[in-house]
Amino acid sequence: MPDNTLTHYLCIGCPLGCRLEVESDDGDNVVEVRGWTCKKGDAYARQEHIDPRRMVTTTVRVNGGRWARVPVKTSDAVPKGQVEAICRALRSVTLAAPVRMGDVIVRDVFGTGADIVATRDMPAAG
Amino acid sequence: MITGKLSHLEQHYDVVVVGGGPAGMAAAVGARDAGAEKILIVDREKEAGGILWQCIHPGFGLHHFKEELTGPEYAQRYLASVMDKGVDVVTGAFVFDADRDRRIQLTSGQHGIRVIDSKALVLGMGARERTRGAIRIPGTRPAGVLTAGLAQKFVNMMGFLPGKRVVILGSGDIGLIMARRLTLEGVEVVGVFEIMPHANGLNRNIVQCLHDFDIPLHLSTTVAHIHGRDRVEKVTVAPVDAALRPIMEKSWDIDCDTLLLSIGLLPENELSRQLGISLDPVTSGPVVSSRMETSMPGVFACGNVVHIHDLVDFVSQESYLAGTNAGEFVTGKRRPADNVRLVPGENVRYCVPHTISTDREHTVYMRVRQPLEKCLIRLGDVYQKKLLYVFPAEMVNLTIRPRFLEQFHGDALRVDVVPRDT
Ligand SMILES: Cc1cc2nc3c(=O)[nH]c(=O)nc-3n(C[C@H](O)[C@H](O)[C@H](O)COP(=O)(O)OP(=O)(O)OC[C@H]3O[C@@H](n4cnc5c(N)ncnc54)[C@H](O)[C@@H]3O)c2cc1C
Ligand code: SF4
Repeated sequence: MPDNTLTHYLCIGCPLGCRLEVESDDGDNVVEVRGWTCKKGDAYARQEHIDPRRMVTTTVRVNGGRWARVPVKTSDAVPKGQVEAICRALRSVTLAAPVRMGDVIVRDVFGTGADIVATRDMPAAG
Repeated sequence: MITGKLSHLEQHYDVVVVGGGPAGMAAAVGARDAGAEKILIVDREKEAGGILWQCIHPGFGLHHFKEELTGPEYAQRYLASVMDKGVDVVTGAFVFDADRDRRIQLTSGQHGIRVIDSKALVLGMGARERTRGAIRIPGTRPAGVLTAGLAQKFVNMMGFLPGKRVVILGSGDIGLIMARRLTLEGVEVVGVFEIMPHANGLNRNIVQCLHDFDIPLHLSTTVAHIHGRDRVEKVTVAPVDAALRPIMEKSWDIDCDTLLLSIGLLPENELSRQLGISLDPVTSGPVVSSRMETSMPGVFACGNVVHIHDLVDFVSQESYLAGTNAGEFVTGKRRPADNVRLVPGENVRYCVPHTISTDREHTVYMRVRQPLEKCLIRLGDVYQKKLLYVFPAEMVNLTIRPRFLEQFHGDALRVDVVPRDT
Protein backbone atom coordinates (compact mmCIF):
# COMPACT_ATOMS: atom_id res chain seq x y z
CA MET A 1 0.00 0.00 0.00
CA PRO A 2 2.65 2.66 0.83
CA ASP A 3 4.15 2.20 -2.66
CA ASN A 4 0.84 2.83 -4.38
CA THR A 5 0.61 5.98 -6.49
CA LEU A 6 -2.34 8.33 -6.93
CA THR A 7 -3.11 9.93 -10.29
CA HIS A 8 -5.87 12.46 -10.90
CA TYR A 9 -8.20 12.88 -13.85
CA LEU A 10 -11.09 15.18 -14.67
CA CYS A 11 -14.05 13.17 -15.90
CA ILE A 12 -15.31 14.33 -19.30
CA GLY A 13 -18.48 12.22 -19.25
CA CYS A 14 -20.79 15.11 -18.37
CA PRO A 15 -20.64 18.72 -17.17
CA LEU A 16 -20.43 17.69 -13.49
CA GLY A 17 -16.73 17.09 -14.11
CA CYS A 18 -16.02 14.73 -11.21
CA ARG A 19 -12.42 14.74 -9.97
CA LEU A 20 -11.29 11.17 -10.29
CA GLU A 21 -8.44 9.58 -8.37
CA VAL A 22 -6.79 6.39 -9.56
CA GLU A 23 -4.76 4.37 -7.08
CA SER A 24 -2.30 2.05 -8.78
CA ASP A 25 0.31 -0.40 -7.46
CA ASP A 26 4.00 -0.51 -8.40
CA GLY A 27 3.17 -2.56 -11.50
CA ASP A 28 0.80 0.27 -12.55
CA ASN A 29 -2.24 -1.95 -12.08
CA VAL A 30 -5.36 -0.06 -11.07
CA VAL A 31 -6.24 -0.86 -7.44
CA GLU A 32 -9.14 1.52 -7.02
CA VAL A 33 -10.88 4.44 -8.68
CA ARG A 34 -12.45 7.07 -6.43
CA GLY A 35 -14.39 10.27 -6.90
CA TRP A 36 -16.95 9.30 -9.49
CA THR A 37 -20.67 9.89 -9.25
CA CYS A 38 -21.67 7.35 -11.85
CA LYS A 39 -20.08 4.26 -13.40
CA LYS A 40 -19.02 6.16 -16.51
CA GLY A 41 -16.39 7.92 -14.43
CA ASP A 42 -14.91 4.67 -13.20
CA ALA A 43 -14.59 3.28 -16.73
CA TYR A 44 -13.19 6.56 -18.07
CA ALA A 45 -10.48 6.76 -15.40
CA ARG A 46 -9.35 3.18 -16.08
CA GLN A 47 -9.18 3.79 -19.83
CA GLU A 48 -7.30 7.08 -19.40
CA HIS A 49 -4.89 5.48 -16.97
CA ILE A 50 -4.12 2.34 -18.95
CA ASP A 51 -4.51 3.33 -22.59
CA PRO A 52 -5.50 6.96 -23.30
CA ARG A 53 -6.61 7.43 -26.90
CA ARG A 54 -7.65 10.40 -29.03
CA MET A 55 -9.27 11.06 -32.35
CA VAL A 56 -6.93 13.32 -34.32
CA THR A 57 -8.36 16.05 -36.52
CA THR A 58 -6.06 18.35 -38.44
CA THR A 59 -5.65 19.71 -41.98
CA VAL A 60 -3.49 18.90 -44.98
CA ARG A 61 -2.25 21.26 -47.70
CA VAL A 62 -4.07 20.95 -51.02
CA ASN A 63 -3.11 22.54 -54.34
CA GLY A 64 -5.68 23.84 -56.79
CA GLY A 65 -8.63 23.48 -54.43
CA ARG A 66 -11.47 25.79 -53.41
CA TRP A 67 -9.59 26.26 -50.13
CA ALA A 68 -5.88 25.88 -49.27
CA ARG A 69 -6.40 23.17 -46.64
CA VAL A 70 -8.50 20.04 -46.54
CA PRO A 71 -9.61 18.74 -43.12
CA VAL A 72 -8.71 15.16 -42.16
CA LYS A 73 -9.26 12.79 -39.25
CA THR A 74 -8.00 9.46 -38.02
CA SER A 75 -10.45 6.67 -38.80
CA ASP A 76 -10.10 5.51 -35.17
CA ALA A 77 -8.79 6.88 -31.93
CA VAL A 78 -4.99 6.51 -31.68
CA PRO A 79 -2.73 6.37 -28.60
CA LYS A 80 -2.52 9.85 -27.11
CA GLY A 81 1.28 9.84 -27.27
CA GLN A 82 1.19 9.63 -31.09
CA VAL A 83 -1.03 12.66 -31.71
CA GLU A 84 1.70 15.27 -32.08
CA ALA A 85 3.91 13.05 -34.24
CA ILE A 86 1.01 12.34 -36.60
CA CYS A 87 0.26 16.04 -37.04
CA ARG A 88 3.94 16.83 -37.58
CA ALA A 89 4.22 14.14 -40.27
CA LEU A 90 1.10 15.42 -42.05
CA ARG A 91 2.70 18.85 -42.46
CA SER A 92 4.87 17.46 -45.26
CA VAL A 93 1.91 16.05 -47.22
CA THR A 94 0.50 18.00 -50.18
CA LEU A 95 -2.59 16.84 -52.05
CA ALA A 96 -3.98 17.94 -55.40
CA ALA A 97 -7.66 18.87 -55.80
CA PRO A 98 -10.15 17.37 -56.25
CA VAL A 99 -10.29 15.36 -53.03
CA ARG A 100 -13.36 13.43 -51.89
CA MET A 101 -14.73 12.99 -48.40
CA GLY A 102 -13.57 9.58 -47.18
CA ASP A 103 -10.43 9.47 -49.40
CA VAL A 104 -7.60 7.75 -47.53
CA ILE A 105 -4.65 10.13 -47.32
CA VAL A 106 -2.30 7.89 -45.28
CA ARG A 107 -2.99 4.22 -44.62
CA ASP A 108 -2.24 2.73 -41.17
CA VAL A 109 -0.55 5.86 -39.88
CA PHE A 110 2.52 4.98 -37.74
CA GLY A 111 1.28 1.41 -37.41
CA THR A 112 -1.68 2.48 -35.27
CA GLY A 113 -4.14 0.63 -37.52
CA ALA A 114 -5.95 3.93 -38.16
CA ASP A 115 -6.06 5.66 -41.55
CA ILE A 116 -5.98 9.38 -42.19
CA VAL A 117 -9.13 10.23 -44.17
CA ALA A 118 -10.45 13.43 -45.70
CA THR A 119 -13.56 14.80 -43.98
CA ARG A 120 -14.94 16.81 -46.88
CA ASP A 121 -14.90 17.10 -50.67
CA MET A 122 -12.45 19.63 -51.96
CA PRO A 123 -13.49 20.60 -55.48
CA ALA A 124 -11.02 22.31 -57.79
CA ALA A 125 -11.00 26.11 -57.50
CA GLY A 126 -13.33 28.14 -59.71
CA MET B 1 -18.58 16.28 -55.34
CA ILE B 2 -20.12 19.30 -53.70
CA THR B 3 -20.14 22.24 -56.02
CA GLY B 4 -22.33 25.28 -55.84
CA LYS B 5 -22.93 27.43 -58.86
CA LEU B 6 -26.54 28.16 -59.59
CA SER B 7 -26.88 29.19 -63.22
CA HIS B 8 -30.47 30.39 -63.15
CA LEU B 9 -31.77 32.46 -60.30
CA GLU B 10 -35.50 32.95 -60.48
CA GLN B 11 -37.47 35.95 -59.36
CA HIS B 12 -40.24 34.28 -57.39
CA TYR B 13 -39.85 31.58 -54.77
CA ASP B 14 -42.21 29.97 -52.30
CA VAL B 15 -39.62 30.09 -49.53
CA VAL B 16 -36.40 32.12 -49.43
CA VAL B 17 -33.90 31.22 -46.72
CA VAL B 18 -31.24 33.79 -45.81
CA GLY B 19 -28.07 31.98 -44.68
CA GLY B 20 -27.01 28.48 -45.69
CA GLY B 21 -25.57 27.26 -42.39
CA PRO B 22 -27.03 24.29 -40.54
CA ALA B 23 -30.06 26.46 -39.70
CA GLY B 24 -30.77 27.49 -43.28
CA MET B 25 -30.17 23.99 -44.65
CA ALA B 26 -32.55 22.35 -42.17
CA ALA B 27 -35.18 25.02 -42.77
CA ALA B 28 -35.05 24.40 -46.53
CA VAL B 29 -35.49 20.65 -46.02
CA GLY B 30 -38.36 21.28 -43.59
CA ALA B 31 -40.10 23.60 -46.06
CA ARG B 32 -39.79 21.03 -48.84
CA ASP B 33 -41.14 18.25 -46.61
CA ALA B 34 -44.12 20.47 -45.76
CA GLY B 35 -44.98 20.87 -49.41
CA ALA B 36 -43.30 24.11 -50.54
CA GLU B 37 -42.09 23.72 -54.10
CA LYS B 38 -39.66 26.44 -55.02
CA ILE B 39 -37.10 27.04 -52.33
CA LEU B 40 -33.97 29.17 -52.43
CA ILE B 41 -31.06 29.35 -49.98
CA VAL B 42 -28.83 32.42 -50.24
CA ASP B 43 -25.37 32.45 -48.65
CA ARG B 44 -22.63 35.04 -48.92
CA GLU B 45 -19.81 32.49 -48.63
CA LYS B 46 -18.33 30.37 -51.43
CA GLU B 47 -20.39 27.41 -50.27
CA ALA B 48 -23.34 26.69 -48.02
CA GLY B 49 -22.59 24.98 -44.69
CA GLY B 50 -21.95 27.96 -42.44
CA ILE B 51 -19.48 27.86 -39.60
CA LEU B 52 -19.29 24.05 -39.78
CA TRP B 53 -16.60 23.94 -42.49
CA GLN B 54 -14.04 25.48 -40.19
CA CYS B 55 -14.99 23.35 -37.14
CA ILE B 56 -12.86 20.37 -38.20
CA HIS B 57 -13.00 18.68 -34.77
CA PRO B 58 -15.39 15.86 -33.88
CA GLY B 59 -18.43 16.46 -31.66
CA PHE B 60 -21.24 17.00 -34.17
CA GLY B 61 -24.23 14.92 -35.10
CA LEU B 62 -24.57 12.54 -32.15
CA HIS B 63 -28.29 13.33 -31.92
CA HIS B 64 -29.10 13.95 -35.57
CA PHE B 65 -27.01 11.37 -37.44
CA LYS B 66 -26.53 9.05 -34.42
CA GLU B 67 -22.78 9.07 -34.92
CA GLU B 68 -20.00 11.43 -34.04
CA LEU B 69 -18.97 13.53 -37.01
CA THR B 70 -16.63 16.44 -37.62
CA GLY B 71 -18.17 19.79 -38.62
CA PRO B 72 -17.32 19.41 -42.35
CA GLU B 73 -18.81 15.89 -42.46
CA TYR B 74 -22.03 17.18 -40.89
CA ALA B 75 -22.17 20.07 -43.37
CA GLN B 76 -21.51 17.93 -46.41
CA ARG B 77 -24.03 15.24 -45.45
CA TYR B 78 -26.68 17.82 -44.76
CA LEU B 79 -25.92 19.70 -47.95
CA ALA B 80 -26.32 16.46 -49.91
CA SER B 81 -29.89 16.06 -48.64
CA VAL B 82 -30.63 19.72 -49.45
CA MET B 83 -29.47 19.10 -53.04
CA ASP B 84 -31.45 15.85 -53.25
CA LYS B 85 -34.60 17.78 -52.41
CA GLY B 86 -34.09 20.08 -55.38
CA VAL B 87 -33.51 23.23 -53.33
CA ASP B 88 -31.78 26.08 -55.21
CA VAL B 89 -28.64 27.26 -53.45
CA VAL B 90 -27.00 30.50 -54.49
CA THR B 91 -23.60 31.22 -52.94
CA GLY B 92 -21.34 34.24 -53.01
CA ALA B 93 -24.54 36.28 -52.66
CA PHE B 94 -25.13 38.75 -49.86
CA VAL B 95 -28.65 39.69 -48.80
CA PHE B 96 -28.58 43.39 -47.94
CA ASP B 97 -32.27 44.18 -47.71
CA ALA B 98 -35.54 42.54 -46.74
CA ASP B 99 -38.95 44.19 -46.50
CA ARG B 100 -42.38 43.45 -45.05
CA ASP B 101 -43.61 42.10 -48.37
CA ARG B 102 -41.00 39.37 -47.90
CA ARG B 103 -38.95 40.67 -50.78
CA ILE B 104 -35.19 40.44 -50.49
CA GLN B 105 -32.39 42.13 -52.36
CA LEU B 106 -29.07 40.42 -52.90
CA THR B 107 -25.81 41.31 -54.50
CA SER B 108 -23.48 38.79 -56.09
CA GLY B 109 -20.53 38.73 -58.46
CA GLN B 110 -22.33 36.25 -60.69
CA HIS B 111 -25.87 37.65 -60.65
CA GLY B 112 -25.40 41.34 -59.86
CA ILE B 113 -28.08 43.03 -57.76
CA ARG B 114 -31.34 41.08 -57.77
CA VAL B 115 -34.74 41.50 -56.17
CA ILE B 116 -36.45 38.24 -55.21
CA ASP B 117 -39.99 37.69 -53.93
CA SER B 118 -40.95 35.02 -51.47
CA LYS B 119 -44.21 33.84 -49.96
CA ALA B 120 -42.38 32.96 -46.75
CA LEU B 121 -38.98 34.17 -45.57
CA VAL B 122 -36.66 32.31 -43.18
CA LEU B 123 -33.87 34.16 -41.39
CA GLY B 124 -30.84 31.95 -40.65
CA MET B 125 -27.96 34.44 -40.60
CA GLY B 126 -26.12 32.86 -37.66
CA ALA B 127 -23.95 34.82 -35.29
CA ARG B 128 -20.87 36.97 -35.25
CA GLU B 129 -18.02 36.90 -32.74
CA ARG B 130 -17.66 39.61 -30.14
CA THR B 131 -14.54 41.64 -30.75
CA ARG B 132 -12.09 43.70 -28.72
CA GLY B 133 -14.47 46.68 -28.88
CA ALA B 134 -17.13 44.75 -26.97
CA ILE B 135 -14.93 44.52 -23.86
CA ARG B 136 -12.74 47.60 -24.38
CA ILE B 137 -9.28 46.23 -23.58
CA PRO B 138 -7.00 49.24 -23.00
CA GLY B 139 -3.73 49.68 -24.89
CA THR B 140 -2.43 50.19 -28.40
CA ARG B 141 -4.11 48.95 -31.59
CA PRO B 142 -1.50 46.73 -33.23
CA ALA B 143 -1.99 43.86 -35.68
CA GLY B 144 -2.28 40.44 -34.07
CA VAL B 145 -5.50 40.86 -32.09
CA LEU B 146 -8.19 38.67 -33.64
CA THR B 147 -11.18 36.55 -32.75
CA ALA B 148 -10.68 32.82 -32.23
CA GLY B 149 -13.20 31.87 -34.91
CA LEU B 150 -11.44 34.02 -37.51
CA ALA B 151 -8.14 32.38 -36.56
CA GLN B 152 -9.89 29.04 -36.97
CA LYS B 153 -10.87 29.92 -40.53
CA PHE B 154 -7.33 31.15 -41.31
CA VAL B 155 -5.74 27.95 -40.00
CA ASN B 156 -8.25 25.30 -41.08
CA MET B 157 -9.34 26.62 -44.47
CA MET B 158 -7.00 29.31 -45.76
CA GLY B 159 -3.74 27.87 -44.49
CA PHE B 160 -2.39 30.88 -42.57
CA LEU B 161 -1.06 30.74 -39.02
CA PRO B 162 -1.99 33.86 -37.05
CA GLY B 163 1.33 34.13 -35.17
CA LYS B 164 4.10 32.30 -33.33
CA ARG B 165 3.33 32.88 -29.66
CA VAL B 166 -0.31 33.20 -28.71
CA VAL B 167 -2.32 34.22 -25.65
CA ILE B 168 -6.02 33.29 -25.60
CA LEU B 169 -8.61 35.34 -23.73
CA GLY B 170 -11.82 33.47 -22.86
CA SER B 171 -12.33 29.79 -22.08
CA GLY B 172 -15.32 29.12 -24.34
CA ASP B 173 -15.10 26.06 -26.55
CA ILE B 174 -13.83 27.96 -29.57
CA GLY B 175 -10.86 29.29 -27.57
CA LEU B 176 -10.07 25.85 -26.15
CA ILE B 177 -10.34 24.17 -29.54
CA MET B 178 -8.01 26.79 -31.02
CA ALA B 179 -5.46 26.26 -28.22
CA ARG B 180 -5.13 22.66 -29.37
CA ARG B 181 -5.28 23.45 -33.08
CA LEU B 182 -2.48 25.99 -32.91
CA THR B 183 -0.34 23.71 -30.72
CA LEU B 184 -0.72 20.89 -33.23
CA GLU B 185 0.35 23.28 -36.01
CA GLY B 186 3.53 24.12 -34.10
CA VAL B 187 2.43 27.46 -32.61
CA GLU B 188 3.25 28.12 -28.96
CA VAL B 189 0.14 28.77 -26.84
CA VAL B 190 1.22 30.48 -23.62
CA GLY B 191 -2.07 30.16 -21.77
CA VAL B 192 -5.81 30.65 -21.67
CA PHE B 193 -7.18 33.45 -19.46
CA GLU B 194 -10.73 33.49 -18.14
CA ILE B 195 -12.24 36.38 -16.19
CA MET B 196 -14.88 34.18 -14.49
CA PRO B 197 -14.01 31.80 -11.65
CA HIS B 198 -15.09 28.83 -13.78
CA ALA B 199 -14.25 27.64 -17.28
CA ASN B 200 -16.89 28.22 -19.97
CA GLY B 201 -16.11 25.27 -22.20
CA LEU B 202 -16.89 21.56 -21.99
CA ASN B 203 -14.79 19.43 -19.64
CA ARG B 204 -13.91 17.32 -22.63
CA ASN B 205 -12.25 20.34 -24.21
CA ILE B 206 -10.51 21.35 -20.97
CA VAL B 207 -8.96 17.88 -20.79
CA GLN B 208 -8.29 17.17 -24.46
CA CYS B 209 -7.34 20.68 -25.60
CA LEU B 210 -5.48 22.05 -22.56
CA HIS B 211 -4.39 19.27 -20.15
CA ASP B 212 -3.16 17.04 -23.00
CA PHE B 213 -0.70 19.76 -24.02
CA ASP B 214 0.07 21.26 -20.58
CA ILE B 215 -1.50 24.59 -21.55
CA PRO B 216 -2.34 26.49 -18.36
CA LEU B 217 -5.85 27.85 -17.71
CA HIS B 218 -5.87 30.95 -15.48
CA LEU B 219 -9.29 31.51 -13.92
CA SER B 220 -10.44 34.88 -12.50
CA THR B 221 -7.76 36.50 -14.64
CA THR B 222 -8.03 38.83 -17.62
CA VAL B 223 -5.98 40.69 -20.20
CA ALA B 224 -5.69 44.23 -18.82
CA HIS B 225 -3.51 45.87 -21.49
CA ILE B 226 -2.23 45.29 -25.01
CA HIS B 227 1.26 46.54 -25.96
CA GLY B 228 3.03 46.92 -29.31
CA ARG B 229 3.24 49.48 -32.09
CA ASP B 230 2.68 47.65 -35.39
CA ARG B 231 2.34 44.14 -34.05
CA VAL B 232 1.39 42.84 -30.60
CA GLU B 233 4.58 42.65 -28.50
CA LYS B 234 3.18 41.71 -25.13
CA VAL B 235 0.03 41.73 -23.02
CA THR B 236 -0.46 42.53 -19.35
CA VAL B 237 -2.63 40.04 -17.52
CA ALA B 238 -4.09 40.53 -14.05
CA PRO B 239 -6.27 38.65 -11.60
CA VAL B 240 -9.68 40.25 -11.02
CA ASP B 241 -11.56 41.18 -7.85
CA ALA B 242 -15.14 40.21 -7.02
CA ALA B 243 -16.44 43.01 -9.25
CA LEU B 244 -14.30 41.59 -12.12
CA ARG B 245 -11.95 44.62 -12.02
CA PRO B 246 -8.26 43.82 -12.70
CA ILE B 247 -5.98 44.05 -9.64
CA MET B 248 -3.05 45.84 -11.27
CA GLU B 249 -0.66 45.39 -8.32
CA LYS B 250 -0.75 41.66 -9.03
CA SER B 251 -0.44 41.93 -12.82
CA TRP B 252 2.33 40.47 -14.97
CA ASP B 253 3.48 40.80 -18.58
CA ILE B 254 3.58 38.06 -21.19
CA ASP B 255 5.59 38.32 -24.42
CA CYS B 256 3.49 37.25 -27.39
CA ASP B 257 2.74 38.30 -30.96
CA THR B 258 -0.94 37.33 -31.03
CA LEU B 259 -3.99 37.67 -28.81
CA LEU B 260 -7.00 35.51 -29.64
CA LEU B 261 -10.40 36.55 -28.29
CA SER B 262 -12.97 33.90 -27.50
CA ILE B 263 -15.48 36.06 -25.69
CA GLY B 264 -18.81 35.00 -27.09
CA LEU B 265 -21.10 35.25 -30.08
CA LEU B 266 -23.79 37.77 -30.94
CA PRO B 267 -26.75 36.93 -33.22
CA GLU B 268 -26.43 38.73 -36.54
CA ASN B 269 -29.66 40.70 -36.83
CA GLU B 270 -29.10 43.67 -39.15
CA LEU B 271 -31.74 42.32 -41.53
CA SER B 272 -34.16 41.65 -38.66
CA ARG B 273 -33.77 45.25 -37.55
CA GLN B 274 -34.33 46.47 -41.10
CA LEU B 275 -37.51 44.41 -41.18
CA GLY B 276 -38.63 45.93 -37.90
CA ILE B 277 -39.44 42.63 -36.19
CA SER B 278 -39.39 42.46 -32.37
CA LEU B 279 -36.09 41.45 -30.80
CA ASP B 280 -35.55 39.99 -27.33
CA PRO B 281 -32.99 42.12 -25.46
CA VAL B 282 -31.70 39.05 -23.59
CA THR B 283 -31.00 36.79 -26.59
CA SER B 284 -30.44 39.70 -29.03
CA GLY B 285 -32.46 37.60 -31.46
CA PRO B 286 -36.03 37.77 -32.77
CA VAL B 287 -38.96 36.97 -30.51
CA VAL B 288 -40.45 33.77 -31.96
CA SER B 289 -43.62 31.77 -31.54
CA SER B 290 -43.70 27.98 -31.34
CA ARG B 291 -43.92 28.03 -35.14
CA MET B 292 -40.53 29.81 -35.08
CA GLU B 293 -42.36 32.74 -36.64
CA THR B 294 -41.24 36.26 -35.80
CA SER B 295 -43.55 39.14 -34.95
CA MET B 296 -44.04 39.61 -38.72
CA PRO B 297 -46.35 36.96 -40.23
CA GLY B 298 -44.61 34.81 -42.82
CA VAL B 299 -41.14 35.67 -41.55
CA PHE B 300 -39.48 32.82 -39.64
CA ALA B 301 -36.12 32.62 -37.84
CA CYS B 302 -33.93 29.81 -36.54
CA GLY B 303 -30.45 28.82 -35.37
CA ASN B 304 -27.84 31.15 -33.93
CA VAL B 305 -29.65 34.20 -35.24
CA VAL B 306 -32.38 33.49 -32.64
CA HIS B 307 -30.21 32.37 -29.73
CA ILE B 308 -26.68 30.99 -29.43
CA HIS B 309 -26.62 27.20 -29.58
CA ASP B 310 -23.83 24.94 -28.38
CA LEU B 311 -24.94 21.84 -30.29
CA VAL B 312 -25.56 21.90 -34.00
CA ASP B 313 -28.03 19.02 -33.67
CA PHE B 314 -30.46 21.30 -31.85
CA VAL B 315 -29.94 23.96 -34.52
CA SER B 316 -31.02 21.41 -37.12
CA GLN B 317 -34.04 20.34 -35.06
CA GLU B 318 -35.25 23.87 -34.33
CA SER B 319 -34.65 24.98 -37.91
CA TYR B 320 -36.41 22.01 -39.48
CA LEU B 321 -39.45 23.09 -37.46
CA ALA B 322 -39.09 26.67 -38.69
CA GLY B 323 -38.91 25.41 -42.27
CA THR B 324 -41.93 23.15 -41.83
CA ASN B 325 -43.95 26.11 -40.64
CA ALA B 326 -42.71 28.30 -43.47
CA GLY B 327 -43.82 25.56 -45.86
CA GLU B 328 -47.23 25.35 -44.17
CA PHE B 329 -47.56 29.12 -44.40
CA VAL B 330 -47.16 28.78 -48.16
CA THR B 331 -49.52 25.83 -48.59
CA GLY B 332 -52.08 27.40 -46.29
CA LYS B 333 -52.43 24.61 -43.72
CA ARG B 334 -51.32 26.42 -40.61
CA ARG B 335 -51.27 24.90 -37.15
CA PRO B 336 -53.22 26.78 -34.44
CA ALA B 337 -51.70 29.95 -33.01
CA ASP B 338 -50.09 30.12 -29.58
CA ASN B 339 -52.10 31.01 -26.51
CA VAL B 340 -49.52 30.90 -23.69
CA ARG B 341 -46.54 33.17 -23.03
CA LEU B 342 -43.43 31.67 -21.38
CA VAL B 343 -42.01 33.93 -18.70
CA PRO B 344 -38.41 33.32 -17.60
CA GLY B 345 -38.48 33.10 -13.77
CA GLU B 346 -35.93 32.08 -11.17
CA ASN B 347 -32.51 31.18 -12.60
CA VAL B 348 -33.80 31.24 -16.19
CA ARG B 349 -32.22 33.78 -18.57
CA TYR B 350 -34.50 33.13 -21.50
CA CYS B 351 -36.82 30.61 -23.15
CA VAL B 352 -37.18 29.93 -26.89
CA PRO B 353 -39.81 29.87 -28.26
CA HIS B 354 -41.29 32.82 -26.40
CA THR B 355 -44.85 31.46 -26.67
CA ILE B 356 -46.44 28.02 -26.98
CA SER B 357 -49.90 26.54 -27.50
CA THR B 358 -51.75 24.10 -25.27
CA ASP B 359 -52.89 21.79 -28.08
CA ARG B 360 -49.64 20.11 -29.12
CA GLU B 361 -46.18 19.00 -28.05
CA HIS B 362 -43.41 21.58 -27.76
CA THR B 363 -39.67 21.58 -27.21
CA VAL B 364 -38.54 24.58 -25.20
CA TYR B 365 -34.87 25.63 -25.14
CA MET B 366 -33.57 27.71 -22.27
CA ARG B 367 -30.43 28.91 -20.55
CA VAL B 368 -29.91 29.20 -16.81
CA ARG B 369 -28.03 31.94 -14.98
CA GLN B 370 -26.33 29.87 -12.26
CA PRO B 371 -25.06 26.29 -12.16
CA LEU B 372 -27.14 24.00 -9.92
CA GLU B 373 -26.94 20.34 -9.01
CA LYS B 374 -29.96 18.17 -8.23
CA CYS B 375 -32.56 20.67 -9.34
CA LEU B 376 -36.06 20.96 -10.63
CA ILE B 377 -37.40 22.64 -13.71
CA ARG B 378 -40.92 23.97 -13.10
CA LEU B 379 -43.55 25.26 -15.53
CA GLY B 380 -46.05 27.09 -13.36
CA ASP B 381 -47.87 24.30 -11.57
CA VAL B 382 -48.53 22.44 -14.80
CA TYR B 383 -45.39 20.43 -15.12
CA GLN B 384 -42.10 19.74 -13.39
CA LYS B 385 -39.07 17.63 -14.11
CA LYS B 386 -36.00 16.65 -12.09
CA LEU B 387 -32.59 17.42 -13.52
CA LEU B 388 -29.25 16.13 -12.25
CA TYR B 389 -27.53 19.42 -13.06
CA VAL B 390 -27.78 22.63 -15.07
CA PHE B 391 -24.92 24.81 -16.36
CA PRO B 392 -25.09 28.23 -18.03
CA ALA B 393 -22.83 26.97 -20.83
CA GLU B 394 -25.15 24.08 -21.63
CA MET B 395 -28.54 24.76 -23.15
CA VAL B 396 -31.40 23.03 -21.35
CA ASN B 397 -34.16 21.59 -23.48
CA LEU B 398 -37.49 20.37 -22.33
CA THR B 399 -40.23 18.56 -24.21
CA ILE B 400 -43.74 19.22 -22.92
CA ARG B 401 -46.63 16.97 -23.88
CA PRO B 402 -50.11 18.38 -24.48
CA ARG B 403 -51.63 16.31 -21.67
CA PHE B 404 -49.87 18.61 -19.18
CA LEU B 405 -50.90 21.75 -20.99
CA GLU B 406 -54.52 20.87 -21.73
CA GLN B 407 -55.64 21.64 -18.18
CA PHE B 408 -53.98 25.04 -18.22
CA HIS B 409 -56.26 28.02 -18.85
CA GLY B 410 -54.09 31.04 -18.08
CA ASP B 411 -52.15 33.03 -20.64
CA ALA B 412 -48.66 33.02 -19.07
CA LEU B 413 -46.50 30.25 -17.63
CA ARG B 414 -43.53 31.02 -15.43
CA VAL B 415 -40.46 28.83 -15.90
CA ASP B 416 -38.15 28.31 -12.91
CA VAL B 417 -35.09 26.16 -12.32
CA VAL B 418 -34.75 25.72 -8.57
CA PRO B 419 -32.94 23.50 -6.06
CA ARG B 420 -34.91 20.33 -5.40
CA ASP B 421 -35.86 20.92 -1.77
CA THR B 422 -37.68 24.25 -2.22
C1 LIG C 1 -15.83 27.45 -33.28
C2 LIG C 1 -17.12 26.74 -33.06
C3 LIG C 1 -17.10 25.44 -32.56
C4 LIG C 1 -18.28 24.73 -32.43
N1 LIG C 1 -18.21 23.44 -31.98
C5 LIG C 1 -19.35 22.68 -31.96
C6 LIG C 1 -19.30 21.28 -31.61
O1 LIG C 1 -18.24 20.73 -31.27
N2 LIG C 1 -20.46 20.55 -31.67
C7 LIG C 1 -21.63 21.14 -32.06
O2 LIG C 1 -22.64 20.43 -32.15
N3 LIG C 1 -21.71 22.47 -32.34
C8 LIG C 1 -20.60 23.25 -32.31
N4 LIG C 1 -20.68 24.59 -32.64
C9 LIG C 1 -22.00 25.21 -32.84
C10 LIG C 1 -22.60 25.11 -34.23
O3 LIG C 1 -21.60 25.07 -35.20
C11 LIG C 1 -23.48 26.31 -34.44
O4 LIG C 1 -24.46 26.30 -33.45
C12 LIG C 1 -24.17 26.30 -35.82
O5 LIG C 1 -23.21 26.34 -36.84
C13 LIG C 1 -25.12 27.48 -35.98
O6 LIG C 1 -25.76 27.38 -37.23
P1 LIG C 1 -26.40 28.63 -37.99
O7 LIG C 1 -26.84 28.10 -39.31
O8 LIG C 1 -27.37 29.28 -37.11
O9 LIG C 1 -25.21 29.67 -38.19
P2 LIG C 1 -23.92 29.65 -39.12
O10 LIG C 1 -23.29 28.32 -39.17
O11 LIG C 1 -23.09 30.79 -38.64
O12 LIG C 1 -24.48 29.99 -40.59
C14 LIG C 1 -24.98 31.25 -40.95
C15 LIG C 1 -24.78 31.44 -42.44
O13 LIG C 1 -25.50 32.59 -42.88
C16 LIG C 1 -24.72 33.31 -43.82
N5 LIG C 1 -25.20 34.70 -43.82
C17 LIG C 1 -25.33 35.52 -42.74
N6 LIG C 1 -25.84 36.71 -43.11
C18 LIG C 1 -26.03 36.65 -44.45
C19 LIG C 1 -26.53 37.57 -45.42
N7 LIG C 1 -26.94 38.81 -45.07
N8 LIG C 1 -26.60 37.18 -46.71
C20 LIG C 1 -26.20 35.92 -47.07
N9 LIG C 1 -25.72 35.01 -46.20
C21 LIG C 1 -25.64 35.37 -44.91
C22 LIG C 1 -23.30 33.12 -43.30
O14 LIG C 1 -22.36 33.30 -44.33
C23 LIG C 1 -23.33 31.66 -42.81
O15 LIG C 1 -22.95 30.76 -43.83
C24 LIG C 1 -19.51 25.35 -32.76
C25 LIG C 1 -19.53 26.68 -33.21
C26 LIG C 1 -18.35 27.38 -33.37
C27 LIG C 1 -18.40 28.81 -33.87
S1 SF4 D 1 -18.43 10.38 -13.08
FE1 SF4 D 1 -20.46 10.36 -14.02
S2 SF4 D 1 -21.43 12.14 -13.05
FE2 SF4 D 1 -19.25 12.40 -12.70
S3 SF4 D 1 -18.54 13.68 -14.44
FE3 SF4 D 1 -18.25 11.52 -15.01
S4 SF4 D 1 -20.09 11.03 -16.15
FE4 SF4 D 1 -20.57 12.89 -14.99
